[in-house]
Amino acid sequence: MNVNQHTPMASPYGQPQPGYGQPSYAPQDGGYPGPYSPYNGPASAHQPGVPPQGYSPFTSFPSKAVAANPVSDLSSPLDLGPTRLPPTSAPPPASAPQPYNQYTHSQGDMQNGPPPMTQAPPRPAAAQPYTQGHVNMSGSLPSYPQHYGPPPSMQQVTNQMTGMQITPGPPTSAGPGYVPPHSSQPPLSTAYSAAAQPSYTQAPPPASSAPTQPPPASGPAASQQYYGGPPPSSQQPFNSSLPPTSQQQFTSSVPPPPSQQSFPPSSFSGPAPPPTRPQGPPMSQSQPQMPFPSQPPFSAPPPVSQPGFAGGPPPPVQGSFPPQPTQPSSQPGSFPPPGPPPTSATSGQYTTSMAQQPPPPTQPSPYHSGPPPPRVQMPPTSMGQSNHMPPGPPGPLQQPPAQPGMQTGFPPQQNGAFGQVRGPQPGYAGPYPGQPNYGAQAPAPAPSAQKRLDPDAIPSPQASDMPAVQKSRHRIDPDAIPSPIQVIEDDKAKSTEPFTTGVRGQAPPLVTTNFQVKDQGNASPRFIRCTAYNMPCTSDMAKQSQVPLAAVIKPLATLPPDETPPYMVDHGEAGPIRCNRCKAYMCPYMQFIEGGRRFQCGFCSCVTEVPPQYFQHLDHTGKRVDCYDRPELSLGTYEFLATVDYCKNNKLPQPPAFIFLIDVSYNAVKSGLVSLICNELKTLLDLLPRENPEMDSVVRVGFVTYNKVLHFYNVKPTLAQPQMLVVSDVSDMFVPLLDGFLVNVNESRQVIESLLDQIPEMFADTRETETVFGPVIQAGLEALKAADCAGKLFVFHTSLPIAEAPGKLKNREDKKLIGTDKEKTLFQPQVGFYKDLAKDCVAQGCCVDLFLFPNQYVDLATLGVVPVSTGGSIYKYTYFQAQADQERFLNDLRRDVQKQVGFDAVMRVRTSTGIRATDFFGSFYMNNTTDVELAGLDCDKAITVEFKHDDKLSEETGALMQCAVLYTSCSGRRRLRIHNMAVNCCSQLADLYRNCETDTIINYFAKYAFRGVANNPTKAVRDTLVNQCAQILACYRKNCASPSSAGQLILPECMKLLPVYLNCVLKSDVLMPGADVSLDDRAYLKQLISCMDVTETHVFFYPRLLPVMKLESGSLPVAVRDSEERLSKGGVYLLETGLHLFLWVGASVQQELLLNIFGTPSFSQIDPNLTSLPVLDNPFSQRLREIIDSFRAQRSRYMKLMVVKQEDRSELIFKHFLVEDKSASGGASYVDFLCHMHKEIRQLLS
Amino acid sequence: MSTYQEFIQQNEDRDGVRFSWNLWPSSRLEATRLVVPVSCLFTPLKEMPNLPPVQYEPVLCSRANCKAVLNPLCQVDFRAKIWACNFCFQRNPFPPSYAGISEVNQPAELMPQFSTIEYIVQRGPSAPLIFLYVVDTCLEEEDLQALKESLQMSLSLLPPNALVGLITFGRMVQVHELTCEGIAKSYVFRGTKDLSSKQIQEMLGLAKPAAPGQQGRPVAPQDAAASCRFLQPVHRVDMNLTDLLGELQRDPWPVPQGKRPLRSTGVALSVAVGLLEGAFPNTGARVMLFIGGPPTQGPGMVVGDELKTPIRSWHDIQKDNARHLKKATKYYEALANRSAVNGHSIDIYACALDQTGLLEMKCLSNLTGGHIVMGDSFNTSLFKQTFQRVFSKDYNGDFRMAFGGVLEVKTTRELKVSGAIGPCVSLHSKGSSVSENEMGIGGTTQWKLCGLDPSTTLGVYFEVVNQHNAPVPQGGRGAVQFVTQYQHSNTQRRIRVTTIARNWADVQSQIQHIESSFDQEAAAVLMARLGVFRAESEEGPDVLRWLDRQLIRLCQKFGQFNKDDPTSFRLSESLSLYPQFMFHLRRSPFLQVFNNSPDESSYYRHHFVRQDLTQSLIMIQPILYSYSFHGPPEPVLLDSSSILPDRILLMDTFFQLVIYHGETIAQWRKAGYQEMAEYENFKQLLQAPLDDAQEILQTRFPMPRYIDTEHGGSQARFLLSKVNPSQTHNNLYAWGQETGAPILTDDVSLQVFMDHLKKLAVSSST
Repeated sequence: MNVNQHTPMASPYGQPQPGYGQPSYAPQDGGYPGPYSPYNGPASAHQPGVPPQGYSPFTSFPSKAVAANPVSDLSSPLDLGPTRLPPTSAPPPASAPQPYNQYTHSQGDMQNGPPPMTQAPPRPAAAQPYTQGHVNMSGSLPSYPQHYGPPPSMQQVTNQMTGMQITPGPPTSAGPGYVPPHSSQPPLSTAYSAAAQPSYTQAPPPASSAPTQPPPASGPAASQQYYGGPPPSSQQPFNSSLPPTSQQQFTSSVPPPPSQQSFPPSSFSGPAPPPTRPQGPPMSQSQPQMPFPSQPPFSAPPPVSQPGFAGGPPPPVQGSFPPQPTQPSSQPGSFPPPGPPPTSATSGQYTTSMAQQPPPPTQPSPYHSGPPPPRVQMPPTSMGQSNHMPPGPPGPLQQPPAQPGMQTGFPPQQNGAFGQVRGPQPGYAGPYPGQPNYGAQAPAPAPSAQKRLDPDAIPSPQASDMPAVQKSRHRIDPDAIPSPIQVIEDDKAKSTEPFTTGVRGQAPPLVTTNFQVKDQGNASPRFIRCTAYNMPCTSDMAKQSQVPLAAVIKPLATLPPDETPPYMVDHGEAGPIRCNRCKAYMCPYMQFIEGGRRFQCGFCSCVTEVPPQYFQHLDHTGKRVDCYDRPELSLGTYEFLATVDYCKNNKLPQPPAFIFLIDVSYNAVKSGLVSLICNELKTLLDLLPRENPEMDSVVRVGFVTYNKVLHFYNVKPTLAQPQMLVVSDVSDMFVPLLDGFLVNVNESRQVIESLLDQIPEMFADTRETETVFGPVIQAGLEALKAADCAGKLFVFHTSLPIAEAPGKLKNREDKKLIGTDKEKTLFQPQVGFYKDLAKDCVAQGCCVDLFLFPNQYVDLATLGVVPVSTGGSIYKYTYFQAQADQERFLNDLRRDVQKQVGFDAVMRVRTSTGIRATDFFGSFYMNNTTDVELAGLDCDKAITVEFKHDDKLSEETGALMQCAVLYTSCSGRRRLRIHNMAVNCCSQLADLYRNCETDTIINYFAKYAFRGVANNPTKAVRDTLVNQCAQILACYRKNCASPSSAGQLILPECMKLLPVYLNCVLKSDVLMPGADVSLDDRAYLKQLISCMDVTETHVFFYPRLLPVMKLESGSLPVAVRDSEERLSKGGVYLLETGLHLFLWVGASVQQELLLNIFGTPSFSQIDPNLTSLPVLDNPFSQRLREIIDSFRAQRSRYMKLMVVKQEDRSELIFKHFLVEDKSASGGASYVDFLCHMHKEIRQLLS
Repeated sequence: MSTYQEFIQQNEDRDGVRFSWNLWPSSRLEATRLVVPVSCLFTPLKEMPNLPPVQYEPVLCSRANCKAVLNPLCQVDFRAKIWACNFCFQRNPFPPSYAGISEVNQPAELMPQFSTIEYIVQRGPSAPLIFLYVVDTCLEEEDLQALKESLQMSLSLLPPNALVGLITFGRMVQVHELTCEGIAKSYVFRGTKDLSSKQIQEMLGLAKPAAPGQQGRPVAPQDAAASCRFLQPVHRVDMNLTDLLGELQRDPWPVPQGKRPLRSTGVALSVAVGLLEGAFPNTGARVMLFIGGPPTQGPGMVVGDELKTPIRSWHDIQKDNARHLKKATKYYEALANRSAVNGHSIDIYACALDQTGLLEMKCLSNLTGGHIVMGDSFNTSLFKQTFQRVFSKDYNGDFRMAFGGVLEVKTTRELKVSGAIGPCVSLHSKGSSVSENEMGIGGTTQWKLCGLDPSTTLGVYFEVVNQHNAPVPQGGRGAVQFVTQYQHSNTQRRIRVTTIARNWADVQSQIQHIESSFDQEAAAVLMARLGVFRAESEEGPDVLRWLDRQLIRLCQKFGQFNKDDPTSFRLSESLSLYPQFMFHLRRSPFLQVFNNSPDESSYYRHHFVRQDLTQSLIMIQPILYSYSFHGPPEPVLLDSSSILPDRILLMDTFFQLVIYHGETIAQWRKAGYQEMAEYENFKQLLQAPLDDAQEILQTRFPMPRYIDTEHGGSQARFLLSKVNPSQTHNNLYAWGQETGAPILTDDVSLQVFMDHLKKLAVSSST
């Protein structure tokens, strides 16, 4: 942790995630709780556990706390949490239950709760809870200090968690923070909220507001800001929150105490917080709930530790309250959701979600009135809430309040508590936030765990609660369940500094976050992302957890302009220096020994002599003196210049060639495609890829047109006119000419232009409708063979190849097979011909890019075999009409032609002893089990590699992997690109679960499943996915989460989005096709996914949905979740999936907005066929188009804009992408799926 | 005797026929004892300026298996308007159009002077001529350039309505489409894959709605034009094609060190044949193949592309060491047969220093009546002028070529047809007059001559089947009718009918008459053709032995000698030259392969079996003229004794034209006397053989290799190898003469040959 602190980045990330997760969990909890609210019963059940605590309420809380603790444990807490909990637990448990109740109750509103959960829960959870618990337990104040004591550590942790950024300050700040927390739980709460907000979406609003508000305090962390507002405090808040966790979890001995101590003061100073609170209020707006909660908490706290709390919190709270009230009111309306989340955050939320709403109304009152009474309970509740408890501790004050609210809520919650919940919600939010926040913030780790617990702790409907549950189930508040948006936003907020890769096992920011990378020895996450950055040491562990161990490698990824491209290393004629045994390339993991005369391989431990010319002395640390002068000794990614030994036939390669093969059958001509392509090619030829922008590209080009026969063109520069050579012998393809077919563009420009002018004319009257396909590829292949070079074929094809020729296909689309065991055959190639052809292509380095323009079934599953096996891309433009689709096609074509690409590539992944790359997913061909052969490898292609244990790994050395790609650059140079990656190894499952990356796991799952549909019934594939996911989560629940009610759904912080994303995968057209999805579409997606990287899969499965009613320059509006409920009739939304781009226009959008966007004031006058927005001279239009352009620029394929008017027919298509909703094809909604998942987990656990 | 000579000459002039015997032995047994079979050299399209074609259909005998044409030998009953077929004795009524016939009003075909008559018939639409150029592009730049120019030039020589097409090949085979504007378009075939005609037509996009197998139904030109973008009227694509030829590039595929260029001659021909087969069956067409080297890949490959493996030699063939020979030959034979069936002829213009695979490909021309021209380079006048001469015109302004000929031979019942030797294929028309004893291409009475010209001459062999015990009545005549249907170069369908009759003679009683009716020139050529025909399938020595035996038997039959006394041996004048012909034939490249490549042998034999009697004789025994101050130019003996220092010799071997300056003349010339005014006569002397040579060069097809050499010159070998080595290093001093030049050879001289012949002829042991 210290380290982490030191290196803010690393630890922050790692922790942050949990933190983030926590927040989200919190929401989840809330959400679950809501639905499960009935579970509160369970919660109570937990209470049993809780019972230890004298206070029944406390007990209940404690239980939550317990739960929370577990959550917080995530970071490391589990043990701590539990252990701590035990001590403090008594109270926590009590609180826990309460939280549940609260959650349940409040969940509806809970968002706040959740946020808190997330925020506070995770971190503080453990610590705070404890503290709280302690506090609660102890009684109050006294304990608080104690708690604080621990909190500090927690804070540290949390700091780490939240953002390493804080670290330095954290301690001190933490102290203050904590103090504030105590004194001003509100602040904490706010802070949490702030913190939470960032992470929690519900919170989002709050978060955003909070953050923004916080900013005033201190730009960095919103939460901090709060505290920051009170300069240090802001950080402290986090810290405080963090500290708690950290403390609890990790006894960052020193800091904690001081921090704690300081906290008090700070907290007092916290009064400062109050000032912040004012901000808070605004914050509150977003987090209104928070405030409320906090208030209630405060109120509650007062009871427990009213003194301190009252002091601190009140002011702020009050301050906030005022606003809150308003907010609340507003919240209730609009915010309700947020509210719920918070509630949801807490386990109670689940149960409450439903009830929550009722509570809200009551809540207000509860708070006001209720709070006090509950207060006492509250504290415990808060404690219990979770690890909020931890926050609770700091929050005890707060928590107390919140919890009080909660508790009160609880008691009331269940009853009116929920009503209170609202109050509470805010309160919860507050409290939760506070608590969670506290908990989370301070003990971020722990809290997170707690939160998770909470969230995880989806109160499964226990018998007692069942009825309620059922009720609630239906009404589970989506806001109460983990929100992707919240997680994404949290991560963004956290990642403000460059990500340095020097620290082993540190998970990078999410793919949705913009961050800069500094290569310090491991490959940038742009090149490699792993599912787990802390791999289990043994295969048993791996099997037990079921977490896939995989890496998504994008070897030639394009780096942003502000990052340095890989350095080129030249080791001279002898070639790159490699380990003698495993042939790993020189890299930072090679250990130089014997004064530098030898080096020991980090992968296989073999000792190899250092060649004399490479010798260098070592310094006192055993490092080579020139370590930092040599990229291969200090960086994670670099390139070697390959020697002739690395070339085919030991001959330096020729520059590659591009061959354009254009279908000129009737359909192609009629749709305007042929003339379009020919026209475009004229300009495109100047854009061929080159390594040195100053130079002309050395890539040669050739042209072929075809229908039933092939037409080659001789475009030799000396000719006055191009010559056409018709090859009708398609059964035995060959290249009719060599000299003059592949030419340099500049030399033959005139002839080429003449050719491109004449092609459309020549075939203008064609009647030929039949086409061939196999021979087309053969032709390109033969041409490359004849020219003895690698290259790329651009095939523009329109129809099913039914003409008599090798590779002839028949129409086999049979909808009746769908859903049967034979469905899989539709994904298998119809004939074996293409597989053999692909093999030949790969051997020659012939990459095939296929542009399809079908008007009907073309059997993409078969046609795609060659592109997929050769590292090519497939583009599909169904019902292509030049007018409507040319923009998309031409942009795709341009990009495809221009992009950097390597040819004739071989990729090899080497790993340290103990694991082994066993499976590969992507567009490539494999001749053996280790070498991934790619005829072409472009900058957009990613390969997912799965690892399996074949031995034990050691925690000390971690696990190393080196991905070496040997390829021919577009200028014909042979290169070796090396990516190195080191990850940690762990012997504790908890560590594993703390360092996973869900997006990458989803990437793996999707590829795994999509590949599976060709061999297994689709249903079986879906079931497998669900099972594995359930096992992962069950394993976590069983081994890492603190014991809690089986009714609780407890998700690991970093995997809390797993269910929602997995659901998206399950609902995809490939695995669950709608009636209107053609077989080609499915095959298309299937292959498309297979080479996507994590960024692309993420947005593909969970589309980005932006409200664009208000646009600011410089920043994007915060996205909303993919659900119809999130769409406002008066709004305009932009949705992108990486393949599609929609602009959804609500039916009652303001005229002004319409005028700004479309230039028409009337909704009915909007042309639904628009493919681009009119260029209007107003800032809004400009900005909107800017955003659209920037989206397009981010994706490897051009997205055609579709304008969707609400209630228009086309809305159906749009709705398909609202992935949190039920899908037309029968896909479950997020909520339903989560319930299902929970059921599965419970089955596994029992 | 002179009467016979005149008779022979007259017959040849009128009918283009030379019989070995002009009196026919009346029985089978006797006929066989005459050694030389009853046979003739027949020139179907012999140019006859005073033979105007008649514009109506011939009158045919109504007997189904006879169908002989009314001719002057038929008995006619003018009153009954009935004529009797002189072959089957069927009595036929004249058709209504002959109603006005009478003794004084006879149709031409009944007049004796019209024993050969030509009918112009209207059958179906006339089809334009078709010329399909198949051009090798694996040539040196210079060669290709010259070839392109020749081809472009040829376009101007073609009749405007002729269809023309272009196929080029190297590693690939390209069929050029001629109708397209802008981008030049061609269909490409891989040079290594044998394709069926159907595949080729499909690949060329020539789906044929009509069944191509319909005999005798030429495709209407309009249809053809529409259906075939590859063959277009010259006037329409003149410019296009000229440009296309102008842009023709050398084969672009790189040829690695130590390799031959890959040349897909086999597939190119297959495509050409397939194209015509589909588009223009039974239409006169000429495929003109221009090659600069041997086929090196695909079907029909003659040699691999490794330069280290030399192309097969006679030595290899004898050792059965020619890997590709049989396969390639079989392939080209199949192609030739397909082509022949459709009436398309194939020319081969092979210009290269090394062999080009003519041995394997010769059948293409031999079976389809195409030309073979062999030269060193396309950039020589030999090729250029020869090629130009292909398109030479006759006194009517018509091309000296005809297509799609079918020759039918009808005989009276005492004769049967044994076979024919010449540029023809059998049509397998069995009939009562087909002999079981095959000579040459037998078993039929009809042959197809896809391409023929005025000099095309067939040797037709007959068998007398009359039994010895059923003698032909005295004064009986045997008759032979040649019916040649063909497409004239002006696209008319024509039928030329030649009816010949000869008297039967009883060998026992009329041996003298028979002997004097012997046409030794025709007999020599006819026997030589048999020998060459045999040589195609048998070992050289066997053929020589066979020829020797025939000669000896002939001498035994007709020589006058005392048994076992060689010195008493005498031959009558009508046979006196025959042994000498045989002597030179034995030494000729038609039977001797030594010092000739297989390609050269094929080339020589090709021409030998299609030229008329005069040319054939020149080939067998070259002509030698001597020029001197002593008198006018005179023919001299083809003997080393003719090589004198003060003579200029002009030797014509048909294939070569050698001017040889004797030692003294050469010195004078070197000294430049011809430049001096006072030695004008010397200049004239030098000029005289040149003028004569020029005259020969002008008319000969293919143009002979022109060699100007002198005593001691390296090229003098052409002369020295031909003359009778009467003086050699072995007998030089024995002879003790100072005239002539010794030939350094171990070959036997005519003297020795004759001595042996006499000895064997008089020997009683045989």
